[in-house]
Amino acid sequence: MRFMFIVKSAHSGPPTPKLIEAMHKLADREIKAGRMLDSGGLTPLAMGAQVRIANGQLSVLDGPFVEAKEVIGGYAIFELRGKEEAVASATEFMQLHKDLMPGWEGTCELRAFAPTGP
Amino acid sequence: MNFARLPQPALEARVRQTGSAAMTAADAHRTILAVWRIEQPRLITSLARMLRDVPLAEDLTQEALLAALERWPATGVPEKPGAWLMATAKRRALDHLRRDRMLERKHEMVARDMEEEQQAMPDLDSALDDDIGDELLRLIFTACHPRLSREARAALTLRMICGLTTEEIARAFLLPDATIAQRIVRAKRTLSESGLAYETPRGSELSERLSSVLEVVYLIFNEGYTAARGQDWMRPQLCNEALRMGRVLTSIAPHEPEAHGLLALMELNASRTAARTDAVGEPILMLDQNRALWDQLQIRRGLQALGRARELGGADGFYSLQAAIIACHAQARTAGDTDWSRIAGFYAELAAAMRSPIIELNRAVAVSMAEGPQKRGCRSWTASCASGRSKAITCCRAFEATYSTSSAAMRRRVPCSKRPRCWRTTGANMIC
Repeated sequence: MRFMFIVKSAHSGPPTPKLIEAMHKLADREIKAGRMLDSGGLTPLAMGAQVRIANGQLSVLDGPFVEAKEVIGGYAIFELRGKEEAVASATEFMQLHKDLMPGWEGTCELRAFAPTGP
Repeated sequence: MNFARLPQPALEARVRQTGSAAMTAADAHRTILAVWRIEQPRLITSLARMLRDVPLAEDLTQEALLAALERWPATGVPEKPGAWLMATAKRRALDHLRRDRMLERKHEMVARDMEEEQQAMPDLDSALDDDIGDELLRLIFTACHPRLSREARAALTLRMICGLTTEEIARAFLLPDATIAQRIVRAKRTLSESGLAYETPRGSELSERLSSVLEVVYLIFNEGYTAARGQDWMRPQLCNEALRMGRVLTSIAPHEPEAHGLLALMELNASRTAARTDAVGEPILMLDQNRALWDQLQIRRGLQALGRARELGGADGFYSLQAAIIACHAQARTAGDTDWSRIAGFYAELAAAMRSPIIELNRAVAVSMAEGPQKRGCRSWTASCASGRSKAITCCRAFEATYSTSSAAMRRRVPCSKRPRCWRTTGANMIC
């Protein structure tokens, strides 16, 4: 079962060096364990844009977006046995933030991929 | 991780908060097993290092799991479940060593180690630091020891490396629980009694032993791959377990080209999973499949692994060659774009490395597709059919039925489960 983990936070600053190191170790372990298939970090909102449809109008809005509260900072794709394993894995990931970057608040949202095929 | 229901103004969202009220028994059970599977390889390798005995280490880590199943539903999952399981498992190991007076010296040594490790225990960071590569490799080599039957190796691997329960393994192989339980007990006894409970092959023996491991992983993969959809999910799950094992092997034995070759073959074959069957679960031949359903992430990973195998000089390996063939299919945007000459070339190499009627047949088809049915492909196909033993002839018939070069016959389906066994182990995945 494939999951996408989406990490969102209102914090704009970079993670502490300790957290970065611990996240690298965790990612390394997860890759070696065959669970993490892909991951990536996203640049700040200023680098992005939104193409949206509202009231029948298509518009392009360049970042940064003033109304954005929690911003997606990164994602990872995992192949796991089920939601419980995904929750356990995301909990471990978030525990690192709790331990190594006090005061940080955010969300790791985990979503199962929709099955493809007939 | 305790589950508490908190009132939500608009949504009835369930918020699970760590460290509060008790969760339901079923929730707890599933959560514990999930945590267990993440932690198990580290637990078992640490204990094996202490005890110098893999089967015993496995027994004692199971005891730690039982302890968690007993306690966590009431207390909630601890904040650092991995550290809890590790401390519990090590206590069991230490108790075991204490009981054994003959091992007094080892006991002292381990006690000293434990004291040092326990001082570092609260630190999650140290758990992440723990490089278990070599120990894990030893564990895998032990589970896949050539002294054990292929079936026993597969069961032991799924149990010790993938953390599956006996019931899950039994369901996956469509066998009674008791059969699998007995298979595991016997395999462990064989290892212990033969003095093979803790050894790592080195030098030339390593490659030889690695092939025994790869064979088991591929067996597990094919067992899952040949299972149609709609059956018990545990069978297709075997593909994922094998893929995971393949990824583990390439990370802990990164210089072995065939480990990368096998991973490439499995990733590339698994990339077609969504396209392989129709709505009622009937197989769809590869050339008829909707290629938009092929998993591009998995194809990319497969091609990367194949590239790595080639960089390591393993382009002509048994798994790498098969992966190269599938890579040709994976890279063709439409069935008509398939580079059959290249595929025929890989089959020729495969045929030179290994005599097999199936490979000959596949090669003949590839040649026919590349050059048209009247050329030498058909002659070699006929020759293969004529020379074969009964097994080969069965294969030929099934093959002919499925894979005739006439387009009408191409559409005939032969369910995976009805294919001859020899097909399923060599080259059968080339079809759908």
